[in-house]
Amino acid sequence: MKLVAVTSCPTGIAHTYMAAESIEQAAKAAGHTITVETQGAAGADPIPADVIAAADAVIFAADVEVRDRERFAGKPLVVAPVKRAINDGPGLVAEAVQAVSEAPAPLTAAAGRPVSAGSAAAGLVTKVDQNAGFGTRLRQWLMTGVSYMIPFVAAGGILIAISFIWGGPQVATKVFGGTFHGHTYPAAVTGIEGFTVAPVLHAAGYAGLLFLIGKVAFFMLVPVLAGFIAFAMADRMALVPGFVAGLIATATGAGFLGGLIGGLLAGAIVMALKRIKVPRAMAGIMPVVVIPLLSAAVAGVIMAVAVGRPIAAATTGMTNWLHGLSGTNAAVLGLLLGAMMAFDMGGPVNKTAYTFALASLASGDTKIMAAVMAAGMTPPIACALATVVRRQLFTPAERTAGEAAWLLGLSFITEGAIPFAAGDPLRVIPSLMAGSAATGALSLTFGATSLAPHGGIWVIGLIGKPGLYVIAIAAGIVVSAACLLALKSLRHAAAEAPSPVSVARVPVGA
Amino acid sequence: MTTSIITPDLVDLSLEADSRQAATRQLAQRLVSQGRVTDLDGFLADVTAREQQMPTGIEGGIGIPHARSAFVTEPTLAFARSTAGVDFGAADGPAHLIFLIAAPEGGGSAHMTILAALARRLVHASFREALAAAPDAQAVVDVVTKEVLGQ
Repeated sequence: MKLVAVTSCPTGIAHTYMAAESIEQAAKAAGHTITVETQGAAGADPIPADVIAAADAVIFAADVEVRDRERFAGKPLVVAPVKRAINDGPGLVAEAVQAVSEAPAPLTAAAGRPVSAGSAAAGLVTKVDQNAGFGTRLRQWLMTGVSYMIPFVAAGGILIAISFIWGGPQVATKVFGGTFHGHTYPAAVTGIEGFTVAPVLHAAGYAGLLFLIGKVAFFMLVPVLAGFIAFAMADRMALVPGFVAGLIATATGAGFLGGLIGGLLAGAIVMALKRIKVPRAMAGIMPVVVIPLLSAAVAGVIMAVAVGRPIAAATTGMTNWLHGLSGTNAAVLGLLLGAMMAFDMGGPVNKTAYTFALASLASGDTKIMAAVMAAGMTPPIACALATVVRRQLFTPAERTAGEAAWLLGLSFITEGAIPFAAGDPLRVIPSLMAGSAATGALSLTFGATSLAPHGGIWVIGLIGKPGLYVIAIAAGIVVSAACLLALKSLRHAAAEAPSPVSVARVPVGA
Repeated sequence: MTTSIITPDLVDLSLEADSRQAATRQLAQRLVSQGRVTDLDGFLADVTAREQQMPTGIEGGIGIPHARSAFVTEPTLAFARSTAGVDFGAADGPAHLIFLIAAPEGGGSAHMTILAALARRLVHASFREALAAAPDAQAVVDVVTKEVLGQ
């Protein structure tokens, strides 16, 4: 029998190669030919396509996502943790042989190991239970979503920043309407779902169109996050409920935290549905029709009712509460607004604070707008700074996101910090809130003002007390970056003190 | 490669440690004193981070703490034997042969190829038995050099 295998492990210097050797020895001893691709630190030497084409079965011995797994689509597949391959190579090879005999059934994941490579998302998914703790898997799911989202953040954010630099920050107001530096502009579009181009070009030119395109890319940010979190959990049939849940999170204003919940929910629903055994005749339509249909309906209803409604109620409540606070001590109000801006970066809490600032600006109070804008600039810049100061605490994807985050932060595009927050919310969000709260409090205490509702550093000419304003922003950046590095290093160092979120459990010998 | 991945100074044939952290620390100290690791605590943090993802013990009494770390100057193997055994999280009991593998963060693939060859040898019973039976540190070095580098 002809076999192919891929081995990979987190570090890529030991287990990857041990597993490869173990599988090779076992396969040869059993009289099979095998080609193993080691996706490790020495670089992967891809298995030639014709070898894959000729293979009868595929073995993934992997604790991290197998790269380019689509190459193996359609082959009988056995997935195992890398340690299992080391400890029991012969057993794994025997399973691969068995998988071949059971091959015609495309979806027997519920019954056991053999699943078709085209429909098994990750070695992580089917076998991960015996291998990593829930915290580890959760992190892997989130990071998968984040890695697909980052290009959207970078592309959309940079487009918006370019449109500000090119057409002036007022392009945003010209497109969506509102008040900017005393001028009131009518809205050229009602939203990004249905716009006509002529009014945009008329009102704001091609800079305005670029701005709008950036906004369209941003609109996809939460759906992509949710869709690919679900994908990491339960493979491509989870893309539909994941995207639907993410779109509902966006439509109901639930922001990226709503998207996180939606993606996890969608993935969990599909995972559960995959366990249902169905007659052979039904098996073919399960991944294509039944599971996406059911899971999208369930995830959609839950998101709209259980998440959307409370958020609408909470937004109203928070808005009334904020208006009741007017006249409070400036530092306290700034602290509060700043923390709100950084909490969900485009979600309901952030929007409430920003809308409150817009209302204040319309009624002539320019200080609150300044504080809110400053507090929205610090999160991406703080993340970018942190990736530069201690590179090793961040994933390569996060470092890339950090490079774009400088410009996004300077342009008051708070979304630039979402990739960091979505991948590790419990450490990142409090850090960002601390810095933004400091910035908001300082800005209001200094009495800095802003005549512009957006634009970041590009509207510095419309800022009152610009020197102090920059100091307030810098202070928040330093606070956030320091908190971020401290919390992330703690996780790195916390060896003997397993915390429930960050440490894999230890069931070995699967 | 100008230097070997292992020297007699990196071998401890009578390790006594009551935890994998202690065992790793003792071996890592040898790396520090040989100038192959620049920051003991920094390196140990990287090893621990890897160990936390999943314990590195495998069946047959083997523990393989390892990391790619910015504090490593060249790819290195430190080896220890422990009569009492040290728990590395393997299902079938403590590890009696402990391999600490240190790889530089940005190591080129030539470096990594040597470590990959080492890792492949680890699953062979003959390699383990030769190490378990080696009479002294130089013998360990000879076994590794012969089996891994083919010299």
